[in-house]
This record gives sequence, C-alpha cells and structure tokens, in this order.
Amino acid sequence: MNTIFIIAASIALISSLMSITNRNAIHALLYLILSLLSISIIFYISGAPFIAALEVIVYAGAIMVLFIFVVMILNIGLAEEIENRWLTPGTWAVPVILACALLALLVYAMRQMQSVNTTAVVITPKQVGISLFTTYLIAVEIAAVLLMAGIIGAYHLGKQRKKVVHRFLVKPGKEIPGK
Amino acid sequence: MEAYIGLIPGLPVLSFLMIVFLGRIMSRRAIAIIAVGSVCFSAILTIMAGISFINADSGGTAFTSTLYTWMNAGGFSAGITLKLDALSLVFCFVITFVGALIHLYSVEFMQDDEGFSRFFAYMNLFVASMLVLVLADNLLLLYLGWEGVGLCSYLLIGFWYKDPENNNAARKAFIVTRIGDTFMIIGLFLLFISFGTLDIDTLMQQAPVQWHSGSPLAVISALLLLGGAVGKSAQLPLQTWLPDAMAGPSPVSALIHAATMVTAGVYLIARTHVLFSLAPAVQTLVAIIGAATLLIAGFSALNQHDLKRVLAYSTISQIGYMFLALGVGAWSAAIFHFMIHAFFKALLFLAAGSVILLLHEEHDMHKMGGLRKSMPLVFITFLIGGASLSALPLITAGFYSKDEILWYSWSSVMGEKWLWLAGIAGALITSLYTFRMIFLTFFGELKIEPKHKPGILMGIPLAILAFLSLTGGFIQLPENFGHVHLFSNLLNPLFPDVRFTGEALPEWLFQVISAIIALGGVWLAYHYYYKKRTIPDLFNQHRLNDFFYKGWGFDWLYDRLIVKPVEWVSTINKNDVLDRIYTYIAQSTLFVNRLLSRSQNGRLRLYALVFTAGLVILLTIMLTL
Amino acid sequence: MVTISMEIQLLFAGMIFLIGLVGFLVRRNVIFMLLSIEIMLNSAGLAFVIAGSHWMQTDGQVMFIFILTVSAAEVSVGLALILQMYNHFRTLDADSISKLRDKKVI
Repeated sequence: MNTIFIIAASIALISSLMSITNRNAIHALLYLILSLLSISIIFYISGAPFIAALEVIVYAGAIMVLFIFVVMILNIGLAEEIENRWLTPGTWAVPVILACALLALLVYAMRQMQSVNTTAVVITPKQVGISLFTTYLIAVEIAAVLLMAGIIGAYHLGKQRKKVVHRFLVKPGKEIPGK
Repeated sequence: MEAYIGLIPGLPVLSFLMIVFLGRIMSRRAIAIIAVGSVCFSAILTIMAGISFINADSGGTAFTSTLYTWMNAGGFSAGITLKLDALSLVFCFVITFVGALIHLYSVEFMQDDEGFSRFFAYMNLFVASMLVLVLADNLLLLYLGWEGVGLCSYLLIGFWYKDPENNNAARKAFIVTRIGDTFMIIGLFLLFISFGTLDIDTLMQQAPVQWHSGSPLAVISALLLLGGAVGKSAQLPLQTWLPDAMAGPSPVSALIHAATMVTAGVYLIARTHVLFSLAPAVQTLVAIIGAATLLIAGFSALNQHDLKRVLAYSTISQIGYMFLALGVGAWSAAIFHFMIHAFFKALLFLAAGSVILLLHEEHDMHKMGGLRKSMPLVFITFLIGGASLSALPLITAGFYSKDEILWYSWSSVMGEKWLWLAGIAGALITSLYTFRMIFLTFFGELKIEPKHKPGILMGIPLAILAFLSLTGGFIQLPENFGHVHLFSNLLNPLFPDVRFTGEALPEWLFQVISAIIALGGVWLAYHYYYKKRTIPDLFNQHRLNDFFYKGWGFDWLYDRLIVKPVEWVSTINKNDVLDRIYTYIAQSTLFVNRLLSRSQNGRLRLYALVFTAGLVILLTIMLTL
Repeated sequence: MVTISMEIQLLFAGMIFLIGLVGFLVRRNVIFMLLSIEIMLNSAGLAFVIAGSHWMQTDGQVMFIFILTVSAAEVSVGLALILQMYNHFRTLDADSISKLRDKKVI
C-alpha cells in the first residue's frame, strides 16, 4: 500500500508541476486531469472509495471538461507566444521563494505533531450518505442553494448583450466599440 | 434704600439692552430719552442714597446689596455684591451726575451723526461698567467693570470707524491698557493665593495681619496693582494712548478720558490703600510716577497744536497730581481733586467739542481765533474751566483742591520737598498752557466763522459744570480759611489721617506761593500769546519744541523697542514657520497615502502576492512565538 | 491500508497546495489562474479526506463533497466571467484588467 501511495503521490506532484508551467492551455488542463486521477487513487487507498469515484466523475469529468470547453471557445492556442513573453524566470523567483518559506513552515509545524499510526478502515458510501443527510442536512441544503445560485449567476453573466464584432476584425486588448 | 443700589448700575444696563435690541425701531427722540433718562435716574438714585447715607451717620459702615452669587467653586466665592460707602458714593455721584450732563450734551452733539443709537448704547454700557467698577465689593467684580470700561473706551474711540486712523488709535488705547490689565490680574492672583479671597473688606483687614510692612509679597502685589492703575490712568510709562484717544467724539473724551475711566486707577489705589501703606516703597513710587508724569505731560501740552490734545495732556498731568497725593498719603485730598477735576475737565472738553463742531471740525488752535465775541457762552464757560484748571486763587474750586495736594506733598510724613517743587513747577506750566490755549482760541482775530450758536442742550451742561467748577471747592476749605471739612469728614472713616512731619511751615505761605505761581503763568501766557511777543530763544529751540510736541519721544521709544522687533520677527516668519509643522504633518500623511495607494494597482496577482507574504509572516509569528 | 504517518500525507497535500499557489502567482492568463485555484481547492479536499480517514469518521468525506460543490459553482461562474471579460477587453491578461486601481486624485 505504501508504494502505491508513494507512486501516486509523485505522479500527482509532477503532473501538477507540469500543469502550471505549461504554455499550452489544453496541455495544462490534461496534466491537471492526470493529477486529479492520481489523487483519486490516493483517496481510494485511504479508505474513501466514494470520494475517489466522485473525484473522477465530478472533478475530472465535469469541471475540467467545462474548462476545456471554455478554452476551446476562447481559442487560446493562438496566444501562446504571449505566454512565452510573460513567463520569464524572473517572474518565478518571488513566488517560489514564498512557497519554499511556506513549505518550511509546514514542515516545522508537522514536526510538532505526534500521531499514532492507526489502521485505516474503509468508509462506505452508505455511512457517508447517512452522515450527510442527518448530521449535515442543513449544509446539504445550503449547498443546493449555492448550486442554484451558481447556475443562475452563470446564466446571467454569460448572456451576450450586444452584437459582437467578429474577433478576427478587432485587435486583442482593444475594447469593443460601443460597449 | 439698600435694595435700590442695584438699580444704580442696573438702569444704564437696561437702557443699553433696550437700545441694542430695539434701537432700529425707536426714533431718535426715544433713544435719547431712554439713554439720558437712565443716567439721570441713576444720578437721582445716587443723590438719594447719598443723602440717606450721610444721614445714617453710622460712622462709615456701608450699604451693601448682594445681587447674585457669581461663582462659588473650590473655596473661592465671588458674588455680584455692590457696596456703597463714602468713597464709592463720591465716585458714583461724579459718574452719574457728570455723565448725565454729558449725555444731555451729546444729544445735540451727535444729532447729525448716523451712529446715534450706537453711540448711546456704548455710552450707557460705559456708565454701567464704571458704576460696577466703583460699587464692586470684591476685586473680581471690580476687574469686570475695569475690563468693561476698557472695552467701551475702545468702542467709543473708534466710533467713527470708517477712518483707519481712529481704528489705530482705538487699538493702541486698548492694547496699552491691556498691558496694565495683565499686571493687575497677576496681582489679583497673588492676592488670592495669599488670602484665599478677593473680597475687599476681608483683604484690607487681613493684609496687615499677614504681611508686615515692607514684606516682599506686599511690595509685589502693590506693584502689580500699580501697574494696572498706571495703564488705565495713562501715567508713566503707559501714557501714550491718551493723546491719540482724542480721535473719538468730544463727549467721549469728556466722559471717559477726563472724568471717569482714567480715574479708575486712582480709585483702585484708594480702595486698596492698605496694601500701599504696607509697602511704603511702592507708595513713594506712586508719588514719583505722579510727579514725573505731571511734568512730562505739562511740557508736552505746551507745544501742541490740536485743541483736544492739549486737554488730553492736561488730563494726564492732573491725574499725575492725584497720584502724587496718593503717594504722600493724602487720600482724601486726591479724591477731592478727582471730583473737582472731573467737573472742570469735562467742562473744558465739552466746550472744546462745541468749538470744534461749530468750526467745521477744525482742530488746530492756530487756525482758530477771535471766538470770544461769536460764541460768548462757550467762551465764558471755557474761561471758567481753564481758570479752575490753573487753580486761580480763591474763586475757583481747582485752587482749593490743588493747593491741598501741594501742601500735603510738602508736609506729610511721606512727602518730599522736591515733590512739592515738581508740583509747583507743574502748576506754573499748567496755567501757562491753559491760558495759551484760551488766548489762541478765543482771542485775536476771527479766522473761521462758527456755523451757529450752540443750542440749549449743549448750553445747560456747560453752565452747570461751570457753576460747579467755581463753587465745588467750598465744601473743603483749608484750615486757615474756615473749618469747612465736609469732604474729608465724609471720607475720614475710610482712610487713615495724614501724618505731618515735625517742621510745620504755615499753610498760608504755600497758598500765597501757589497763587503767585498761577497768576504768573497767566501773565506769561498773556505776554507771549496775546501780545505775541517773541519767545526767548532759550525756550524756543526747534528741537526742544519738537521733542515736547511728540510727547517726550515715548511713542518713538516704544516703536523702536517693541513694535519694530515684533514686526521684524513677523517678517522673518512670513512663511509662518510654526504653521509649517502642521502643514508638514498633513503633507506627510498625504505622502504616505500616495505611497500606499501605489500598492492598489488593480492587479489581482499583486494582491495574491501580498496575501502570501502576509501569510508567511503570520505563520512565522504564530509558530515560533 | 496505508501506514505512512499522517504528517507525511498532510505534507504532501500541502505541497500540492503550494504548487497551486505558485501557479496562481506566476501566471498572467486568467484561465491558468483559475486552474491553479482548482489545484488548491483539490489539495484542501485531499487534506480533509486524509484527516477523516485517520479519525475513521465520515466527516472528512462529507467536507470533501462540499468542497466539490463549491468548486463546481465557482468554476461555472468564473468561466462565465472570463467569457464576459474576453468579450469586453479582448484579452485574457489579468494584469491589464486594472480598472479598480487607485487613481491619483490628491
């Protein structure tokens, strides 16, 4: 089990890294899906099969697909050279330093903990369901309201109000006249 | 009777308020009736109170009337308590009586002026403040009246405010007297700290108990009170404001700067005479100041062109006599001279006012002349007033009062021989400049034709005051004339008797000397100013004349000493260095604002960067501390 | 089951979070920023599940479901906003959308 964990973890890390450093949007998204899948494996071996399934179905299957659709609508692939210009090594310096600082703090914090290694048990979907609909009922209802708000918001914000000039006729960075 | 004492200052206050609030809708006649009537009623009340006070003959106990408790805090209590004893009775009588006459005069004097109601409002406020000053039972209320008269003096000097010269004169008067007032308030603080109260009776009883004669605190507090008196009474070194104060209307000069306000200093010293007795050095200083001032002012009056300025310097000089009397311990003589001086000086100012008004606002004496025939009433009254001022023997009241002072200055224990000498020299100069003024103005050829004869409202006050200038002296005749001691009997319970030195030259000697000197001054003036003989070069040097004309250079001195440095500092500070500090505080805040607002550039990534940095810092702090 | 201690697992979750954070701070393209946000949310959920399995309770998994819900709603609204932004400004550069900056008025 440990080896599976280690392999899955390293795949997740490497694919996340590849995802954020990629210049092509689609490639980055695909790397991210890979990372999500490996995390799903980790869920499975941690005794949460339901969550593993949910991760694949909802996260990798719905959200990432939505991303890919939007990227395709926006046709970003043409803007790759701009990405090259933006991603200089200089821009990486400060965030990486901060991240390393945070990592050091995290390691330091973790060292304070002493926990006992216990054997994990599998938590079945049934248990999760019971817990959801008894203890956390209100949160479920609120989550439903949130989703509804998300739907309505996305619909309203996505509405096109005016006639859009074909984007090949307008230079990027300029506002659409009349808007 | 005691209950009505509050009305004596109260009626003028009421009329002031009525004129202030209702003046717009009242006719001039109504305003005049109210203003003059209130002061007249106060005069009548004073006379009634005086009669009942004298008849009560209770050996000096006073009528007291507590109107209101002003403050009662932290062990200090002061009330609006009015006390009428002999001293304040005399002052009240002069203020209300002379004040009523002057109000009557000003009805005609100001009839063409557009500030009619404003004038009477200020005048009534002044009379009320002055009455509060002399009737006050404690020094705090006295100070209230003191400041009130200072304010009214400022308002009335600058009455014709459209001319900036008048405003300058008013400000000068206010500021110079303010210096004196500051000394006085520090003196009041000192008295309060030492005694815990400002009640005059208590102070006068406690002071000899607590302080022995010549103790430093007594000297300091007497000096401080003297500072206040010097400021208000225009003595050395704060005398520079009074000649310029002649920019106000003549009734104002008559009331404020001749009869009443400038004698407030005399009143203060007389009231607190116990303190001055406890500090003999200061009392001698009072006499020295009086003597020096009367000489300086006398010489300055000799060289003036302006009619009213002569009278102003004359006032300074006569108050110098009063200070001289106070300084040698002749308390009642000083008050007597005050009363007589009020009569003739007010008369002189009112007559001069008539002259100036009817000669189309001409002030220069050298441009006047020959008014003897064209304004006979004014001439006669002016002559009587001038005679009283010069202390012409036997017939004028001024003779009796001034002579008493001169005698005491020689023979009192605290008197010095040279003080008498200064007084006599001053008497010569007084009659010299007085009759110079009379000869230049009324004799000679007619240069300007007066507009018309003065009316009855001007005439009656002139006549009454002339009568009093002649007969007022008869209530206090010297020893060898008769034993009429009405005045000093009135004031005796209040003041200790004058103690005489061992050597007693006969009094008639002094009277003869003063008579000769006074008449000699008249003859000199006749010789040089009527017959127009040339004055010998010894006395007529141009630079000396100029020096005297400018009031012995005090204005120049103060200008160099005080005004120029202040102007220099303010020129250096033109950019207001001190204010820059506050501007810098504001500017630095703005600078920091600009600096910090650069961090709000609207870019999301920068905000996230700052989040992360803050997170790092916070976690570091939380985990390591 | 897994016998690696919980700290290492949580550390792993933290590293993924940091990767997402770095990605958010570096990239200028808003799509990538949104992507990095997803990585961060996912790592948070991972941490919850790990902790839940450690305590052998369902709470961790329940929390992950809620995180998932939030993430879904947020992504949908965010992508709609990105579409609007593109239509309006014709660019996907996050740095050029700085209209809410502090203008110098003093």
